[in-house]
Amino acid sequence: MSIEHNIPNYFRVKIESDHCKKCKRCVSHCSYGALSFNNEKIISDDSKCVACNRCASMCPGKAIKIVKDESCLPPHGNYSRRIRNIIWAQSGTGGVLLSATGNDRPIRNIFDDLLLDACQVTNPSIDPLRETIETKVFFGRKPQKLDFTTDPIDPNKISLKTEFLPHFEIDMPLMVGHMSLGSISYNACMAIYQAVNELNILAGSGEGGLHPDFYEYGKNIITEVASGRFGVDIKYLQNTVGLEIKIGQGAKPGHGGHLPGEKVNSMISQTRMIPKGSDALSPYPHHDIYSIEDLAQLISALKEATRYKVPIGVKIAAVHNSAPIAVGIVRGGADFISIDGFRGGTGAAPRIIRDHAGIPIELAIASVDQRLRQEGLRDQVTLVAGGSIRYSADLIKAIALGADVGMVGMPVLIALGCRVCQQCFRGLCSWGIATQKPYLVKRLDIDVARNRIINLFHAWNEELKEILGAMGIDSIESLRSNRDRLRYIGPNPRIADILNVKHAGE
Amino acid sequence: MNWKNYTSLPKIFQNQRIFDGCGISGYLNIDGKRESGTKVKDMLCILHDRENGLGAGYAGYGIYPDYKDYYALHILFDDEKSKEKVISYLESMGYIILSEPIPTKTPSNVDNPPIIWRIFYEPKKMKSISDDEQMIELVMQINANFDGAFVMSSGKNMGVFKGNGWSYEIADFYKIEDYKAYMWLAHSRFPTNTPGWWGGAHPFNLLGTSVVHNGEITSYGTNKRYLESFGYKCTLFTDTEVIAYLFDLLVRKHKLPILIASLALAPPLFNEIERMDKEFQIALKNIRATYRSAMLNGPFSIIVGHNDPIPTMIGLSDRKKLRPLVAAISNDDNTVYISSEEASFKRLKLNAEFCDEFKEIWHPKSGTAIIARVGQGLLRNGLEKPLEKIKLSVMGG
Repeated sequence: MSIEHNIPNYFRVKIESDHCKKCKRCVSHCSYGALSFNNEKIISDDSKCVACNRCASMCPGKAIKIVKDESCLPPHGNYSRRIRNIIWAQSGTGGVLLSATGNDRPIRNIFDDLLLDACQVTNPSIDPLRETIETKVFFGRKPQKLDFTTDPIDPNKISLKTEFLPHFEIDMPLMVGHMSLGSISYNACMAIYQAVNELNILAGSGEGGLHPDFYEYGKNIITEVASGRFGVDIKYLQNTVGLEIKIGQGAKPGHGGHLPGEKVNSMISQTRMIPKGSDALSPYPHHDIYSIEDLAQLISALKEATRYKVPIGVKIAAVHNSAPIAVGIVRGGADFISIDGFRGGTGAAPRIIRDHAGIPIELAIASVDQRLRQEGLRDQVTLVAGGSIRYSADLIKAIALGADVGMVGMPVLIALGCRVCQQCFRGLCSWGIATQKPYLVKRLDIDVARNRIINLFHAWNEELKEILGAMGIDSIESLRSNRDRLRYIGPNPRIADILNVKHAGE
Repeated sequence: MNWKNYTSLPKIFQNQRIFDGCGISGYLNIDGKRESGTKVKDMLCILHDRENGLGAGYAGYGIYPDYKDYYALHILFDDEKSKEKVISYLESMGYIILSEPIPTKTPSNVDNPPIIWRIFYEPKKMKSISDDEQMIELVMQINANFDGAFVMSSGKNMGVFKGNGWSYEIADFYKIEDYKAYMWLAHSRFPTNTPGWWGGAHPFNLLGTSVVHNGEITSYGTNKRYLESFGYKCTLFTDTEVIAYLFDLLVRKHKLPILIASLALAPPLFNEIERMDKEFQIALKNIRATYRSAMLNGPFSIIVGHNDPIPTMIGLSDRKKLRPLVAAISNDDNTVYISSEEASFKRLKLNAEFCDEFKEIWHPKSGTAIIARVGQGLLRNGLEKPLEKIKLSVMGG
């Protein structure tokens, strides 16, 4: 008898036999092996169903419905079904449970507790259909002041003395978060890079190196140097628009990247420069960075390698001490900082850390922005914030709290078809996104995927302009850190204090 | 309702930002000729619909030629006790050259005026910081930490006269006809959500910079947090305070030419910048990147007076010109006028005392500065393209 316990199913595949044409398309589309044909009808093994809904959406007869399994466990207010399932799974395998995407616990979302201001009477709102509203952002380092001098004889003769500081322009305050080739498929990566190129925004490479085909989009890609140094060579460093040292990730603060060997095929092995089939587990710390001065050294080494031409940044997970850490990073020479909140996504992370470590990005933005201001450093650097920016409203609130740029991952994948089944670590993604299996990858059409991302962000940017217009603001820089235009409506006024936001009605 | 609190907002209104609509007027004599305050009073009082009797004020530049080397502090006190405290504090930090009440109309034509005092002052010389820095510290200290005291102005050879009342009441109360200045700024208020209070009237001043402002800055939070990172304390909860500090930061501390500072506050649109010459593009994009938090958003028109080192008057509106601003120049090319409305100029023309004739009256473009300077003339009329006429060189790699 197996030691594995029979865990009650979450889902049930309901097939209406009247509508089933027995074409078996569902069977071939189910990458999790939940469906089969017994020469008479389609039968399902519900224990394998992850509710990815691929079968349901592919069924020509619309015969399939995935429903919640009705069988109930004895109710208990403390030992929820979720906790019991965790224990059963763990006692069966004896291992650390893996998970993917972001924290799925129903912890109150602070963005949802914030309300936006709008103009009435004393100042006019601006109509984005008729007036210009600007969303351009300068990414990277800025000087604290500019040195202009006027000619003492001719006041119309002005000279500007400026030194080169590594920054560049993007057209929207948006960056697609770092998702490596490996965690997601070639087609998904290609669609993302083509979309950000078209929109002139940014995408992160993730820590998996850069496939040769992606270099042509380098002017919109920030490559990542992580503790595993996967795929890092001089070409990788010198052919992108910015470099990011990855210290941490919101989904797994204190951990390095995890790429299960199942996903390491020959393409991934070449791009990452690791053996085929081997787990790509980045060391938890950078073994050349045990303290802040070591980080400063790596920053300056990367600056040397890139001839001081591109901004070098550091990504950290949002943790209790984010604010002083961020100050240290800026003093260490970083041109931008990325902070990833505890809801940030992942392709694979131990469930325990995904669900329990880190702090909400809203609080981290507020405290980092505030601390950098106290030290007089804030306006010289770019603050990128991510970790559950789900739609444009979250982006707007993140900027009003103090971020320059919002970092977005899950919404991009959802736009490509992801149903948030949270199985990315298994490499079986039936939508061709988080998988490396060629027969699954080719399900994702690059052109369609690219256009869907372009549409999504175009819509976000339009919504951003709508909101800015209603606030009477015609340029995104006047929203940044403008906490005056936010109000708190949640149950805990202490949060409003930390955010430095007034309560609604005040 | 009479608020007996002059130097700070009544408690129930504290922590609230002040929104208002306003009238603004001002003029500058290019040859430096000094004129009494009656003219600017005339310009302002005709804009009657722009005020509701809850605050007005005037700033005169060049009014104290005999004491031009000392900082002239105009201070409001709630009572004798706070006056004594501030004076002894000032004595400990420097030298009081002259300390006297500012003459006001008796009997008073406004309700419950505070004690209104002026002090000519010289701070103790310090090696570590300049006199100006010291004075700013001092003013911020008094305004933030001395109950019942409020410094209205602190520049040299200039002063602010403001209070709670209609524009003509305040002019008469302070007898501004007795002061002679080469540049006058004036302001009347229509506050909407707080009572008028003496300290909250315009002009707002810090050292040589005074601001009169009509509008509501929608970027207030961004600008305030930016200024705080440079050590400014925004205690008055008005957008105008923020504008005054931004001018101080950009022009005095960062030494930006005034035109460049105006381009930081109301920068051209990116699609306009991208059609310019390369040098201009570099300059303007650098300005937008570096001073992105100094950009003023929302409807405003302002007149700024500045006297360090050369007296200058600047008029500026927001990038969409959502608040009015109109300018004029006299027939002899010597006086530049700026006002919310053309009525101010017509009034001067009709007034038998002045009979001013105008060579030209024009409407400056949105987000484009008018700059007039004593001894140098009308440098920018507000109709130019950004950086037009400027010979710009960009150095560095």
